[in-house]
This record gives sequence, C-alpha cells and structure tokens, in this order.
Amino acid sequence: MKKLLGSCCFILLLLPRVLWAELTIEITHGVDNPTPIAIVPFGGAQLPRDAGKIVSDDLLRSGLFRPIPRTDMLSFPVSARDVYFRDWRLLGAEYLLVADTAVRSGNYEITYSLLQVHSGKTVFTKIVKGPGRLVRGLAHRISDEVYEAITGVRGAFSTRVAYVTATGSGQDIAYRLMVSDADGAREGLMLKSKEPIMSPTWAPNGKELAYVSFESGRPAIYRQSLSTAKREKLTDFKGLNGAPSWSPDGRKLAMVLSKDGNPEIYMYDLQTRQFTRLTRHFSIDTEPNWMPDGKSLIFTSDRGGNPQIYKLTVADKRVERLTFNGNYNARPRLAQDGRTLVMVHRNNGRFHIASQDLKTGDLRVLTQTYLDESPTVAPNGAMLLYATKQGKKGVLAAVSLDAGVKFFLPARRGDVREPAWSPFLN
Amino acid sequence: MKTQTLKLSFFAMLLAFLAGCSSTPSSDDVDDISTVADDSIEAGTVDDSDVSGDSIDDLAASADIVFYFDFDKSVLKPEATAALHIHAESLRDNPRAILLEGHADERGTREYNMALGERRANAVKEFLMREGVNGSYIDVISYGEERPASPDSSENAWSLNRRVELR
Repeated sequence: MKKLLGSCCFILLLLPRVLWAELTIEITHGVDNPTPIAIVPFGGAQLPRDAGKIVSDDLLRSGLFRPIPRTDMLSFPVSARDVYFRDWRLLGAEYLLVADTAVRSGNYEITYSLLQVHSGKTVFTKIVKGPGRLVRGLAHRISDEVYEAITGVRGAFSTRVAYVTATGSGQDIAYRLMVSDADGAREGLMLKSKEPIMSPTWAPNGKELAYVSFESGRPAIYRQSLSTAKREKLTDFKGLNGAPSWSPDGRKLAMVLSKDGNPEIYMYDLQTRQFTRLTRHFSIDTEPNWMPDGKSLIFTSDRGGNPQIYKLTVADKRVERLTFNGNYNARPRLAQDGRTLVMVHRNNGRFHIASQDLKTGDLRVLTQTYLDESPTVAPNGAMLLYATKQGKKGVLAAVSLDAGVKFFLPARRGDVREPAWSPFLN
Repeated sequence: MKTQTLKLSFFAMLLAFLAGCSSTPSSDDVDDISTVADDSIEAGTVDDSDVSGDSIDDLAASADIVFYFDFDKSVLKPEATAALHIHAESLRDNPRAILLEGHADERGTREYNMALGERRANAVKEFLMREGVNGSYIDVISYGEERPASPDSSENAWSLNRRVELR
C-alpha cells in the first residue's frame, strides 16, 4: 500500500525564490510603548546580505520594538569597547546591538553584543557562525537571542511558515504549497498542482508536512519531506480525506474521513498504519488539532446545531464542549501553553479570529478584518498568522495574542491562504 | 491503407484536442455547465424525434442541474426538488453514472466547508435514491469553498456558490 509518488505534479526542492520577501509590512496597530533599540550596521567582513537590517525588521515586526533609524545614528560601533553611551542616550535608545563579522575557514562568524544604554552594561556577547547562503538564518538567530533577553519570551524568528497560494482562474488555475521563513523570505515550492491543495500541517520535528491534495481528482492526504521532497500518499478513501494534524510525539495523524457515511475524526498510526475512529456522531466532526499533551484533541462539530469547538479525550473518547459564545466557532488551534484557544468566530455576521482562555472562558475577538480564517499560533505564543481578504485577494495577516500588534503580509500575486506556523526548528 | 487510417485517427485526435482547448478558458463554471448540457440535449432530441411529445429525458435535459442552498444548510429547496423529481425519473428509466459536486461559499472555515459541501451533495443523492435511483450510479465529491462559481465576496456571489452540481 505504501506508494512513493513522483509524477503528476511538479515537486521541487526548496528554491531560494521569493514571493513576499521584500514585503512591506503594514503595521496597523502597535503596542503603546515599543522598546527603542539601536541596531548598528554590522561591522567587519562584508556579509552577502545586510544582516543588521534583517534583525531590525524582525524586531520591528514583533511590534514590541522601535528600531532607531540608521540615519539618526551618530556613530557605528562594532563592539562594546567602541560604544559612547552618551550618543545612544541622546537618541533615546534603551538597548543597543553591535556586531562584528569575521571570516573563518569559509564561514562567517558574527560576534554580537546586546548593551543596556542607561546602565552601560553588556547584557550578553554571543557568536553565531555559518556559510554565506545562510546569513538570513544567522540574522534570525540573533533576533531570537535579543528578543528573549529583553522580553523573557523565546524568539520565533528562526521558524518557518507553510501556506497555499492560488493563481490564475478557470483552467489556468494553479495551486502551490509553499514554505518560507517566518518573515516571508526564502520562499520555496513544495508542490504545484492544477487541483486544490489544502490544510498543511507540520510534523513536530519541522522536517515534514502533511496536507490534502486533489491531484488525483479526489482529496487524499500526503506527507512530504522538506529536504528531500520524498512524499507518500497516506489515505485516499471514498469521501473526505481532510484536516490532518500531526500528534506532538510525531507518531500519529488525526484526520477527517467520511468513508463510513459522514465526517468523523480518526487517528492514524504512522508506524502500524492502523486507523482508530474517535468520534461517532451523525453531525459534521472536523478540523481536529492535538493538544500539547498529546492525550486529547480539539475539533469542530455542529452536533449542537451549529459549529462549535469540542474537546475529545483519546483514551475514553469522551467529548466536552468548549465554546458557548456565538453561533459559529470553528477551526480551533491551541497555543503551546495548552490554554489559549484560537479559532474562527462569527460576530455580527462577520468572521473574525478570536481567542478564548480555556481556564477563565474569556473570549476576545482579535481581528477587525472580514472573512478571516485559518489561525495558526507561533510556537512562542506571541503572535498568530491568519488568512483574510483585501479586496478580492486572499492575503495573510498577523496579530499578536494580546491584539496590540497587527500587520498584513501582502503577496505579490495570487491568493495566499492557510498559513501553518512551524514548531521551533532549533 | 494503414497509414491512411493512422493519419485519420491522428487528425481526429488533433481535432478533439483543439476542441478541448477551445472550450476551456472561461471563468464562469456554471454557464459552461448549462451550455454543455444544452448541446447534448439537442443531439438527444434529434435522435428521439420519432417519439412524440416531450420524453422524460427531454425534460431532464432542460431541468436545472445546479441546486442552491442556504448558509450552513443542506436542506433542498422546492426548486431543487422539482428539478430532481424529473432527473430521478429519467435516471430510473435510463440509468447512467452521475457525479454530484458539493460546494460551499467562502465564509467560515475550509475543512468545515468541505464537510458541508459533502453533506449537500449527499442530500441530493439521498433524494434521488428515495425516488428510486440506484445509489451505486451516484458518485459524490465535495470541493468545499475551493471552486466558487463566482469569485466575488457578496451576498449574490455567495448564494451562487452554495450549490450542488449534477454532472
């Protein structure tokens, strides 16, 4: 039954192509007092890319920082020794990042220091190294360290995002499954097809995706390696084969199959290739998502008359309703804290992204855009990405979990949809 | 002689290929479907011209093949059941394989809409089966919100997109 497929569609290894790399992030809201930070242009050996700019953009996009423009800087120190703190106090900088680059045996080695301006103290000095083609990765690592040192929360700039694009119409329509850095750069093509591609989900090790493809004329679930493009068809039952969700231990996929008459949640064991049916109800049960403990799932069901979110305990298949606000709550995802539920929520006839605290039950509508769907939370729980519409175009947008930061990630062409944020990759 | 046949069949294939190409680049799926159906009907009418009056096949050929639904609903509307009565009678008399394609509008979530599209197509299938059509001739597929008949985001577009197409 194990079929390795290589035809039908174009499968390519990740290519350094760019669709929304040079994206103009339109920050529509920010936090009231973002931390002013000066990121001095990196000194020493010339890097193939402006790593200082990449760090600056990362921190700006988090919404928690206000990078000071380079044109305002009075000096360009490359290490803590060279810093005149008065220059930076004058600019109102709270923090200062300086970096020096050396080339050692073909690799770039960036030594960088984070300094606190008012005390004049060095917060840390660290080194990252790697080849020139990975400069973006090195820069994101620096952003992660700076973000964590100042906010106390692990940075998620070194993560990736999978998403689906659709271009053209009618017979010329093309669907693409893409993966890029979390900032939209280094975009690579995973799969291209004339038939719909849906519901990408990450393996917990970040090395594979599972998704739904209609390339055979019917929906089927596939898994595919990011580095080798090797892929395998997992299910193609009669009826729906949808909404795969990889379990936290990487061994199972939860999914929706309607082979027994109507949509039910199943658990598929990737080793034994056995299916376990988890729900048994004449209503629609769909969109399963594992809770971080791997013992239960949340899913959408209209068993109560309209779509609501339920929790299912795998061991005893007990089902418990979680949402009670409004008459349309669907496609749940959980933040890594296991407590913050995000979902599509209808409010006054409009579809927004909302979060619900599973302990207190408090519901919060996070977005003001319309036709919002497919929320996906960053592994550090600070932000979520979702799909929405700008005019007739499907675009991705981001909002922080406290709703303080919002921005769009406009694509250069076509519709972009169904973002899936990767787990931490290092 | 043999080369002649080969040439002819190649020519036929070329024609078929060109015909396939020329009929494709439209963005309005629904119009396409009804046009195709009308063409095949005319051929059928000519064949049946010695039969008097409107045969059930003629009626079926002119009956609606797209059935519309309310938001988040899979209940057949009276217009749909009227047309489906006719289709059911035709399919009972002359069984043929049909495909029911279920669709949803863009509102709400994609996988839920996938399930909703299937539920709508199944509602049509069950109606036809209650009317005596053999279920083994009926295939069902859902495209959810992935293949809208209208790409717009308006009440009118949404009402056109919440549909089941009989093929």
